[in-house]
Amino acid sequence: MKITIDNISIDVEPGTTILQAARQIGGEVTPPAMCYYSSLENSGGKCRTCLVEVSKGSEKDPRPMPKLVASCRTAVMDGMEVRSMTSERVLDARKGVTEFLLINHPLDCPICDQAGECDLQDLSYEHGDSGSRYGFVKRTFEKEDLGPYIQLNMNRCIMCFRCVYVAEQLTNPREHGILDRGWDAQISTYINKALENEFIGNVIDVCPVGALTDKTFRFKNRVWFTKPLDAHRDCPTCAGKVRLWMRGDDVFRVTGRKDKWGEIEDWVCNECRFHKKKTSDWVIEGPTKVDRHSVISQGHYVGLKKPNDPLEILIGKAPKHTIDIHKVSDVNKPDIDLSLIAGPAHSDDFNRSNTAPQPKEINLQESKVKKNDP
Amino acid sequence: MSVKLLLEHDGKEGIRNYETWALNGGYRAVEKALKMAPEEVVEEVKKSGLRGRGGAGFPTGMKWSFLAKPEGVPRHLVCNADESEPGTFKDRYLMEFLPHLFIEGMIISSYALGSNTSYIYIRGEYAWIPDILEQAIAEAKAHGWLGKNIMGTGFDCEIYVHRGAGAYICGEETALIESLEGKRGNPRIKPPFPAVQGVWMRPTVVNNVESIAAVVPIINLGGEAYSKIGVGRSTGTKLISACGNINKPGVYEIDMTISVEEFIYSDEYCGGIAKGKQLKACIPGGSSVPILPANLLLKTAKGEQRMMNYESLSDGGFQTGSMMGSGGFIVLDEDQCVVRHTLSLAHFYMHESCGQCSPCREGTGWMYRILKNLEYGKGKMADIDLLWDVQRRIEGNTICPLGDAAAWPVAAAIRHFRDEFEWHVLNPDESQHRNFGLAHYADDLVTA
Repeated sequence: MKITIDNISIDVEPGTTILQAARQIGGEVTPPAMCYYSSLENSGGKCRTCLVEVSKGSEKDPRPMPKLVASCRTAVMDGMEVRSMTSERVLDARKGVTEFLLINHPLDCPICDQAGECDLQDLSYEHGDSGSRYGFVKRTFEKEDLGPYIQLNMNRCIMCFRCVYVAEQLTNPREHGILDRGWDAQISTYINKALENEFIGNVIDVCPVGALTDKTFRFKNRVWFTKPLDAHRDCPTCAGKVRLWMRGDDVFRVTGRKDKWGEIEDWVCNECRFHKKKTSDWVIEGPTKVDRHSVISQGHYVGLKKPNDPLEILIGKAPKHTIDIHKVSDVNKPDIDLSLIAGPAHSDDFNRSNTAPQPKEINLQESKVKKNDP
Repeated sequence: MSVKLLLEHDGKEGIRNYETWALNGGYRAVEKALKMAPEEVVEEVKKSGLRGRGGAGFPTGMKWSFLAKPEGVPRHLVCNADESEPGTFKDRYLMEFLPHLFIEGMIISSYALGSNTSYIYIRGEYAWIPDILEQAIAEAKAHGWLGKNIMGTGFDCEIYVHRGAGAYICGEETALIESLEGKRGNPRIKPPFPAVQGVWMRPTVVNNVESIAAVVPIINLGGEAYSKIGVGRSTGTKLISACGNINKPGVYEIDMTISVEEFIYSDEYCGGIAKGKQLKACIPGGSSVPILPANLLLKTAKGEQRMMNYESLSDGGFQTGSMMGSGGFIVLDEDQCVVRHTLSLAHFYMHESCGQCSPCREGTGWMYRILKNLEYGKGKMADIDLLWDVQRRIEGNTICPLGDAAAWPVAAAIRHFRDEFEWHVLNPDESQHRNFGLAHYADDLVTA
């Protein structure tokens, strides 16, 4: 089936969704997805960030769809034409959705463990506005304890339902879900129960924001200071393929291996995730390739060409200045050598133009005496 | 005096009982329908041009013909009796006072669709009505109109009454289906539509109570004759539940040929505005549809008389028109404050949003808070534009129509009554104890 997204055509299998087709094309045209998770059945369609405009329904029925559609849940039709980044309407709707998601988000990124690998950060960077128009008290929830491994911060939640689907499809019985309705809807366990299933730790990986985080990693490190390594072990319950987040020789965190779209490839059991925190537990395969644009690649330069030394380029050439700083500024006059001035420079030092600064006489002994003098 | 098809026997002594109902020509339609082939019944409904009475006005016959009929998979008819739209109470009237008419319609519709198990999903607040319906079902069953091999046709049918727990969102068909299945009433993402995958993933038709009841006169009169009642594509009769500042609130059956003006002022219907006041605004089709100021309500933008039918009420689109909706006719007189009225609707939609998709969950609460500020004199001029922007970004971007339903009243209130909002901003103290007044929306019928 042929589908055209933002004037790029691709052939896909029948039954593919628009979002999957866009991911096959990759790059800019891929709509952001906050709630869709390809390995979870029924997920998607909730966050509305992946809205696209269908400008031509199909070859058979070329009428455009009147409303924007959720690309993650709309199947491709033959000859469909979709506009994602080229449609003003789509960009406006996404901007609106981003704003809606952020009005009640606490924006506590500086203390949030998800910062650096947060989908909401990426979304607001790509589609958000610079400021908020929401002038009311943000919604807050009471703290809830989900046991020793998983930290729930409901204030950060964007209600993507991913964790509910994980619990529904991976664990039996499902121990948590949505309580209440609408504005007050929240993820919770009925009557404060700890989440104990051996695969429940995966809710941490699927959570797009910092609502569900790893308690064993909590406040230990920023993700961009840790270095990801692919590793595996012979695990009786799960595939045992994980990613270790190391700093020096210490394993700070174990997560599933996330692909390009932030979706984990294999579910990881709680034993691997929370208890195997020594390098000796794992067979290390090698460093993970991190996208250069990711903040996690900060300082690692994995697979990166070292930038050319600018001085090498400049050898033999006089650097070209667009303006002469001394013509516009009184400070930093070339004839004044600031290093000769004792103590911090004062504006008076610059006023003595064309004269060498008078170094203040420092009498070490005197100052010592002064100090000791009562 | 207009034609009465649904409320023909309304008010007769003991009409709730099977005997009285049968004496008044009850179950004649079922007898007639069972002699026809199911396809013929569907064809009759198609011919009648009956449009869904739940709000959207989608042709019922068309909806029935879309029902997928895979081999060996049971099909279901679900009646949406979760009538939760503020201002709408026509279904309640039908079910409470004419239960047998409704059950008759259920049997015919089940027969037409081949549904052996049909459900009535009734809202939890109508706590006493399920008993009335269950009694009617028991009576029908005792007389052989329900159960196994009905009247020797080989058609089996059971009707179950399911009580909802009182969520507005469960009036949305897919949320209703989820709730009927015993899950949390969250709307499903469409497609697949219920006609393909509905209750327990089986093909399902979800119809409003009034649509189902209207099948009875269609079979009695024949589709052709039914389609001749009314105007254009608005065929048959419609129940309007009128409320607000009128002399005679209640449920009225109209044949869609009367004008809005006649409906409000004639003694046969609403009987004019209460206490001799003037008409300021009206919501013609239940709280979700756009509000109209009096001058646009009585006459369309083209200067024509506005009639009580689907086409005329929606004439002019949302710019100068509204919708027939579910027929909840709410009248506001000169003493009513549109900002306060919109605030109360916004609070309702905030409370009833299911919380699944972000524009509705966050947007409805945001709109409510902005409106609260405006109403209580803490608003700024920029808030009105912000409110407009918020509703614009909710509308059309949500999973189910609740987002639209929340956005439309706010949009219409700003569109038609912006000066009232501005007056609230400029006169924060005064607006607390005095109404803005009629301004130019005044009812020209009375003032002229």
